[in-house]
Amino acid sequence: MAGAWRRPISTGWPRSEMLDLGYNTMLVATGATLLGISAGVTGTFLYLRKRALVSDAISHATLPGIGLAFILMVAFGGDGRNLAGLLAGSALSAWLGLLAVQWLSRRTRLAEDAAIGAVLSVFFGFGVVLLTVIQTMEAGRQAGLDSLLLGSTAGMLRGDALLIAAGGALTLALVAILRRPMEMVAFDEAHAAAMGLNVPRVDLATMALVLAVTVVGLKIVGLILIVALLIIPPVAARFWSDRTGRVALLAGAFGGLAGMAGALVSASAPALPTGPVIVLTAFALFAVSLFFAPARGVAAKLIERRRFRERVHLRQGLLALAQGQPIYEAYTLRLLVRDGLARPDGVATQDGAGRAAKALRDERRWAEARAMPAHEAVSQRYDGLTEIETMLTPDQIADLDGRIGGPRGVA
Amino acid sequence: MIARLRLAARKGLRTGPAPVADHPMEVRGLTVSYGGKPAVFSVDASFHAGSMTAIIGPNGAGKSTFLKAALGIVPRVSGQVTAFGRPLGTARARIAYVPQRASVDWDFPARVIDVVLMGLYRKLGLLRPVTRADRGFAMDCLARVGMEGFAGRQIGQLSGGQAQRVFLARALAQRADLYLLDEPFAGVDAATERAIIEVLKGLRAEGRTVVAVHHDLATVADYFDRVLLLNVRRIAEGTLAEAFTPEALQAAYGGRLATSHLDRLATV
Repeated sequence: MAGAWRRPISTGWPRSEMLDLGYNTMLVATGATLLGISAGVTGTFLYLRKRALVSDAISHATLPGIGLAFILMVAFGGDGRNLAGLLAGSALSAWLGLLAVQWLSRRTRLAEDAAIGAVLSVFFGFGVVLLTVIQTMEAGRQAGLDSLLLGSTAGMLRGDALLIAAGGALTLALVAILRRPMEMVAFDEAHAAAMGLNVPRVDLATMALVLAVTVVGLKIVGLILIVALLIIPPVAARFWSDRTGRVALLAGAFGGLAGMAGALVSASAPALPTGPVIVLTAFALFAVSLFFAPARGVAAKLIERRRFRERVHLRQGLLALAQGQPIYEAYTLRLLVRDGLARPDGVATQDGAGRAAKALRDERRWAEARAMPAHEAVSQRYDGLTEIETMLTPDQIADLDGRIGGPRGVA
Repeated sequence: MIARLRLAARKGLRTGPAPVADHPMEVRGLTVSYGGKPAVFSVDASFHAGSMTAIIGPNGAGKSTFLKAALGIVPRVSGQVTAFGRPLGTARARIAYVPQRASVDWDFPARVIDVVLMGLYRKLGLLRPVTRADRGFAMDCLARVGMEGFAGRQIGQLSGGQAQRVFLARALAQRADLYLLDEPFAGVDAATERAIIEVLKGLRAEGRTVVAVHHDLATVADYFDRVLLLNVRRIAEGTLAEAFTPEALQAAYGGRLATSHLDRLATV
């Protein structure tokens, strides 16, 4: 029994067999995917609460717990590498680290970022000392605890993969249950409190979930980089949606993809640490989102700004033509020529003259409308560019025309 | 409209001079301190059913802090708060709070309708799905503040006045009996101010209670029927005639208001 449990998962698949994934690799990939999903979804609420860096303190605070758990398990004659034991130890010390951050930022004059820095470095330093001590122990030489720093699926046990998959699934279920209070506290803390939500307790639950993801992810992602799997997916997902639920789902998908990619790449190249592969995959998804997401992406923003500039210049150019003023900017003239509204020498074409007269007429209509209390609401949305027909009814426009003093040639 | 007035009249008759314990909110000896310095010191207040109370006072007088502490949002050093004759914690379903608009990040991923639906949390709880009826009700709340055309808009695209109306719609969705608003008219356009005051007066006509932190002394007499005048301590409290007097304003604002200005304001 113990032998079967201890059987390492072989991960040295030749490349030609990549598609014919063995059961064990499938199991590791499933675990990594579930972990990635729950990290992305949990991380969304951490990110929206603007406390992303607390997760960095939590993850670094796991290290002394790992070391102490190893020493204790060896001292009691057990196997120091038992993953469940190591994770229990890491959870305990991470919890202490979290409480230390909260105590420092609530009860002292230290701001949260300073508290995070202090706790992170002290716990991590203590952990490194413990690992060094373990290196000198007889049982510690081949302990391989350093793989928990950067993550590794090489030599992962079947039971470990199941533990990770179950932990990821459980965390995901808890996030699904707590999503409403976490969203409300993240958006409007005061209102949430007034509605009777216990804000510190909701925050603590959020942090406990982050802690759970961190601990579960130690083996695959490693403690140094787990923060990336919590933060990059939601930040990338935010580019694609303006709704919390969708951001969370998409972050889960991104995290899951990154986790799966990490596990599969590690299966073909066991020498690569898994954590960095996962983080680089997540970063690739982030980079694509940053540049190409509709509406919020950099490319979309550039195009939008350019279109806006064109509209402004065209409008100004038309008004200048209508009033017989010279067009000063070459860019304006170029746009007018491009649209067939003016000749290169700045004289309006027939089409241009008509549009220009209409533009001037709409200006007068707006001036009239903005002076009328009845149009106050719509006047507030007036930006000088939007066509008046899209904001006022034909009857209202006719009424404005009547006030201006009859049509002047152009409909 | 007539039915509404009649309803209000009937309510007024029935409650009459309400027994103290049944006031929508009763605050006794409330003290709040930031870093060893009291921001609010030993303030008593009672908000009467069916009234509209303005909390006024100079900058830094602790108006917002008083409201937040009364609701248990910030911790109090001392003081007791009861709502509808019960401990605050058991009456939360009947209280709606509208925080200052600037207190939240409007780039949060939510649409207008999502924010209004947050007002239904006490009804929905953790897991109950949002039904079509819930959505319809949220749309009604948006319609009451004139924002039904914005339901699908991302909240970051709203103007200040529109954002304030969405906050009010979220409070309406709570179907509360007591509405506490923190500076609802700060930095909003005239149209929004009118829309909000109409909604608030509508609530009062239904017998509900409205309390608002207010900074514009010129409109106090138009909008409100009671005032709580604060400057760390309670300076005055009562109807306009009792508490919105030149002497009380002078006591609260000190030299910050010219006497002639005070006289003009308080000629009600």
